[in-house]
Amino acid sequence: MAERLLEVNDLKVRFATEDGIVRAVDGISFELERGKVLGIVGESGSGKSVTAMTLMGLTRGVNAGFEGEVLYKGTDLLKVSDRAMQGYRGNELGMIFQDPMTSLNPVYRIGEQIVEAIQSHERVDKRTARSRTIELLRQVGIPNPETRVDDFPHQFSGGMRQRAMIAMALSCNPSVLIADEPTTALDVTIQAQIVELVSRLKDDFDSAVIFITHDLGVIADIADEIIVMYAGRVVERGTKRDVFYDPQMPYTWGLLGSIPRLDRPRPERLHTIEGMPPSLINPPEGCKFRPRCPHAFEKCKQEPGLENRVETPGHLDRCWLDVEFKRDHRDETISGGSVEAA
Amino acid sequence: MGAYIIRRIFGMLLVLLAVSFIVYLIFIVIPGGDPAQRIAGKVATPQNVAAIKHRLGLDQSFIVQWYDLVKSLFTAKLVSYYDGTNVVNQIKQGLPATFSLAIGAGIIWMGFGILVGTISAVTAGRFSDRVITAFALIGISMPVAWLGLILRYFLAGEGGAVSWFPDGGYVAFTSNPAQWFYHLLLPWFTLAVLFIGFYGRVLRSNILDTINEDFVRTAKAKGLSTRRILVKHVLRASLIPIVTLFGLDFASVLGGGAIITESVYNLHGVGWYAWQSIGTQDLPPLMGVTLFGAMFIVVFTLLVDLAYAYLDPRIRLT
Amino acid sequence: MTVLEQTAQTGETPLLEIHHVKKYFPIRTGVLQREVARVHAVDDVTFAVRAGETLGLVGESGCGKSTLGRTIVRLLEPTDGEIIFQGTPIQSLRTRRLRPLRREMQMVFQDPYASLNPRKRVGTIVSDPMRIHDLGSRSEQKRRVGEILETVGLSPEHYNRFPHEFSGGQRQRIGIARALALRPKLIIADEPVSALDVSIQSQMLNLLEDLQNEFNLTYIFIAHDLGVVRHVSDRIAVMYLGKIVELSPAEELYTRPIMPYTEALLSAVPIPDPDLAEKRERIVLEGDVPSPINPPSGCRFHPRCRYATDVCQQIEPPLVDYGNGHLAACHHPLNVDQETLQRVEVAQEHTPAAADESAMPEDTSGHSNPSVAPTTRDTRSS
Repeated sequence: MAERLLEVNDLKVRFATEDGIVRAVDGISFELERGKVLGIVGESGSGKSVTAMTLMGLTRGVNAGFEGEVLYKGTDLLKVSDRAMQGYRGNELGMIFQDPMTSLNPVYRIGEQIVEAIQSHERVDKRTARSRTIELLRQVGIPNPETRVDDFPHQFSGGMRQRAMIAMALSCNPSVLIADEPTTALDVTIQAQIVELVSRLKDDFDSAVIFITHDLGVIADIADEIIVMYAGRVVERGTKRDVFYDPQMPYTWGLLGSIPRLDRPRPERLHTIEGMPPSLINPPEGCKFRPRCPHAFEKCKQEPGLENRVETPGHLDRCWLDVEFKRDHRDETISGGSVEAA
Repeated sequence: MGAYIIRRIFGMLLVLLAVSFIVYLIFIVIPGGDPAQRIAGKVATPQNVAAIKHRLGLDQSFIVQWYDLVKSLFTAKLVSYYDGTNVVNQIKQGLPATFSLAIGAGIIWMGFGILVGTISAVTAGRFSDRVITAFALIGISMPVAWLGLILRYFLAGEGGAVSWFPDGGYVAFTSNPAQWFYHLLLPWFTLAVLFIGFYGRVLRSNILDTINEDFVRTAKAKGLSTRRILVKHVLRASLIPIVTLFGLDFASVLGGGAIITESVYNLHGVGWYAWQSIGTQDLPPLMGVTLFGAMFIVVFTLLVDLAYAYLDPRIRLT
Repeated sequence: MTVLEQTAQTGETPLLEIHHVKKYFPIRTGVLQREVARVHAVDDVTFAVRAGETLGLVGESGCGKSTLGRTIVRLLEPTDGEIIFQGTPIQSLRTRRLRPLRREMQMVFQDPYASLNPRKRVGTIVSDPMRIHDLGSRSEQKRRVGEILETVGLSPEHYNRFPHEFSGGQRQRIGIARALALRPKLIIADEPVSALDVSIQSQMLNLLEDLQNEFNLTYIFIAHDLGVVRHVSDRIAVMYLGKIVELSPAEELYTRPIMPYTEALLSAVPIPDPDLAEKRERIVLEGDVPSPINPPSGCRFHPRCRYATDVCQQIEPPLVDYGNGHLAACHHPLNVDQETLQRVEVAQEHTPAAADESAMPEDTSGHSNPSVAPTTRDTRSS
């Protein structure tokens, strides 16, 4: 068995705000092994980004409270001092963000920013760091890295900036790469390139990846395991095949059905998940998805636990519906109802 | 870049001409602004006034008058209507005091402004931030004239409550550097207080905005130390707008804009000269000091733009 | 056959026609600000949009699609060409004459966060256009705003709220309400869903479709994602570096792309099915879109095209009709049979050669399309 890098146990994150306590993450657990890609999927406000930022220690602050454990190679990162956390960030866990336009500092050259990352973790001189930077830029597919290293971020296109961000995140050989919506702000053509790049670099650098997205389609290629989050909690968890081919949670169906698909006939209407994600200050009672769920019934007023309800071990969900009923009814949601007449 | 600067210099000359024209216009339309009338005194005969007008060239057409005035200013031949002193020479004599005041005060207000702004931003919401905010607001609200007089009254000269400081006046740096410094301490402080408060507040809000920028989050995610993030990433970006403020404020003080401070402390600089000339409605010196001040403003506006392009590589000067 | 002849055939006047529209941005330097180069943002674009239809305008960042959208509503001045709206040329109308037409053409923008004034209340944002155009009394305006808010799925009680109190999807609804306030005929939606979550995206696409039916709207729908565009469009124009490289009835573009660039765009759309995703051949376009300051010679796509030959470097392929209103500009068209090729050759004195002989379909019903998963093929024939 591959080395276990991360083990998150019942992590809860809450923020004190003027309006009340926001339970941004309300109990998430997972393990991540070297060489694997974990996909975390959900809408804005589902807690997926907060989870990622918490792993990096980026949500620490006077208003934030944490429960549970984030074990990185056995050390609980929630208990590590702020100072010691700096040694993990960038060095053990690297992160890339959604918007490559704003994530790089506009006033420093691309190279300077990567050199800075290297030098903050390793005692190397500028020249060594620079030649390593050029090599990294080459690995992420930047043409003419010898000259582009001295460019400013605004001289790079969106896709190239995201590549530079990836080079920076990998500059100190972290074991875990966290990618928070890395393709959302990019053109589809560039999205495809970035997903492929992440999956290739994961092998080159022998690391593991947490890939966060709101679009299940993006991770169909690369994820090994998928966690679907809703209102701060995990509502479904399983292997990629489990989630795509045997989804148990109506929310997951909704996510699958919302994607305009080129591999299927054009539906009359796209499926939508009606309404909006619930407030995290006063979440609804029972199943959090109940107000938006077309299949909700009496029992949903009690919250279902995250349990294994199907034959495949390890495939967990939070839904009271009968498994057979779900298997019969989910397709109308996923494939978006009737097919447009030709 | 070269082309850009050349183009800007042309623009600057136009601005200066326009300023001189407006000053002249304002002067002419002010009631009782006719210098001949005032020079001739209360019991002047019309012939007397006409003679003076002719001597000063005030009987010419408006445009010619203005042209002559500007021309004599640029050829350093302009003289006061009253005492016949050469305006350019008078301004030159005021330069040491004005520059000493401006440079010293500029260093103090920029340094303390950055310090105060940074401390209050980093401790935002906590006690030190509140104390600094209170002081900053007091500093901003205090009229310079009042502060200057109060300080001078209590701290300076024989008549003061304590006589820690000399009672105004300027000592040339070349004759006695220690006395120069000693005499300027109070004026520097007086002038800087307002700016420190203002710059501190502006910087504080800039820093608080910048801290939420994505690139600061990236810097954290790289594992940089808090100090490095603050200095290299946050402060650098937050200072860019401050540079504009400083450029223009500093230019105005260099150009004799600290009229009140110079007058209160009896520093015979350009501002003091301006104050004297306002009292006598003496057009030539006023034209001289206004254009002198305007020149610093336009030059520093250009310098600020150049600095901007250097500090933020996204800005291209074309 | 030109685009215009083609619309003429249908016997109705198009709502909007644009002829050879160009938008260049000059690059000036030096003391005298001489123009030293030009950004060829939109370079000779011609098409027509019929009333009630949706034209999808697709391409990567920097292809000029947003510039074109803004030029059509005269937010930008066209460098050259004609823009004819309801039979009236509007490319050189002065502001005052343009104003009544502005009521008929509205835009919806991409970023629901930046495109709404944060200091104005929702009611003001939506009623401002009515006030500017002096439509109805205060109370009528207010009543209309309430109606419009309801139409776009918000509630009239939102009248006095500020934009920051809304989620991204709701803000986009406000943007749509603002555009609808003047009952326009044409709405140009510039990436209206790209900044939204997929679940919200689909709500928005359905809403746009409903509004189209209800108000008989005509859309130009600008996007970078062919997956999104497919759902709303009747016809789709693919843009690359300022030029239209393919223009086709929507479904046909997906089943039978002619231009290799379209093929590549199609293959980039993610498929939420691991098995299909693994099986299909991804055509990864290398690099970025070249600079529109010095666009490549000949076919502008040739440096990134896997079928490119010498001719592509030298001669710019014209936009020619391959039948059924399907136009493409390519020397090596895909999915085209011999007969069509010959017809095109005679008509255009242009000799396109099929890109891939083996991929050539025998008849039009069984198109082969290497980029899209096999199930697509059956869409129409089933």
